[in-house]
Amino acid sequence: MPNQEEIYTKVSATLVEALNVDEDEIKPSATLQGDLGAESIDFLDIVFRLEREFGIKIPRGELFPESIFQGDPEFVQDGRVTEKGLAELRARMPFADLSTFEQNPELSAISDLFTVDMIARYIQTKLSEGKPAEPSVN
Amino acid sequence: MRWIWIDRFLAFDRGKSARALKNLSLAEDYFADHFPGYPVMPGSLILEGLAQTGGILVGEANDFREKVVLAKILWARFHREAFPGDQLIYDVELLNLRAEGAAVRGRVHAGDALVAEAELFFAHLDQARSGQFGDHNFVFSGELKHLLGLAKLQADQADNSGGPEN
Repeated sequence: MPNQEEIYTKVSATLVEALNVDEDEIKPSATLQGDLGAESIDFLDIVFRLEREFGIKIPRGELFPESIFQGDPEFVQDGRVTEKGLAELRARMPFADLSTFEQNPELSAISDLFTVDMIARYIQTKLSEGKPAEPSVN
Repeated sequence: MRWIWIDRFLAFDRGKSARALKNLSLAEDYFADHFPGYPVMPGSLILEGLAQTGGILVGEANDFREKVVLAKILWARFHREAFPGDQLIYDVELLNLRAEGAAVRGRVHAGDALVAEAELFFAHLDQARSGQFGDHNFVFSGELKHLLGLAKLQADQADNSGGPEN
């Protein structure tokens, strides 16, 4: 299994190709939409490339959940994500860093959760899941 | 001008690959302006031919239930100009296909010469933006789908004429 740094390097290269950005624009905290200019159609392209690059299967909505909160008043009130909504986010995106978002959970800021680092962490989780169990030593 | 940029399918392997041909005639309108005295096929139209070949490959894989639209050209390289009298061969292979969309890689040859290559990305509108364009499948409504039907007919005829006589 590739280590953290190898995963990050591969994720960076994938984003450079998919979003046609310069390598030096890619940093762990860079947001896909805000900093790297990703559009909705780019997300599926990124998913395709990651699947090929890492030999994994990324089910729909797992890495980039689509409109989690659309029209659900329990999750969003007055443009802000509720406690229940935050819990849903944690459950759906355990690989995302919610610490900043939680302090001011404006729905409009939700796209900022999608960062380079988030993808790298997702891939890491995914690769360790797929790893066959170590034989137990007795 | 009718918006059909391939003339015929030569091969079609469902969900895998497709090959189409396009004959370039000096009578085609765009040659008059692109460029006066030096007619070359615009690169964008070469890509359109690839997109139509690839789009039908992607659409047919789901029995034309999806509205397949060209969403992104991941990269494209042009190696040689295409002139009146050239016969372009479009080869497309499917890289990914899933509910939301598909990616294909394509190459265009004129004889042995590589003219262009590109990777194209298609979105399924039904999945991505449900309902925005209505129920009617405007992508595969006419000529594009008809072309594939024609290819099947040609293939059947070839099978029949080439088969053993009873």
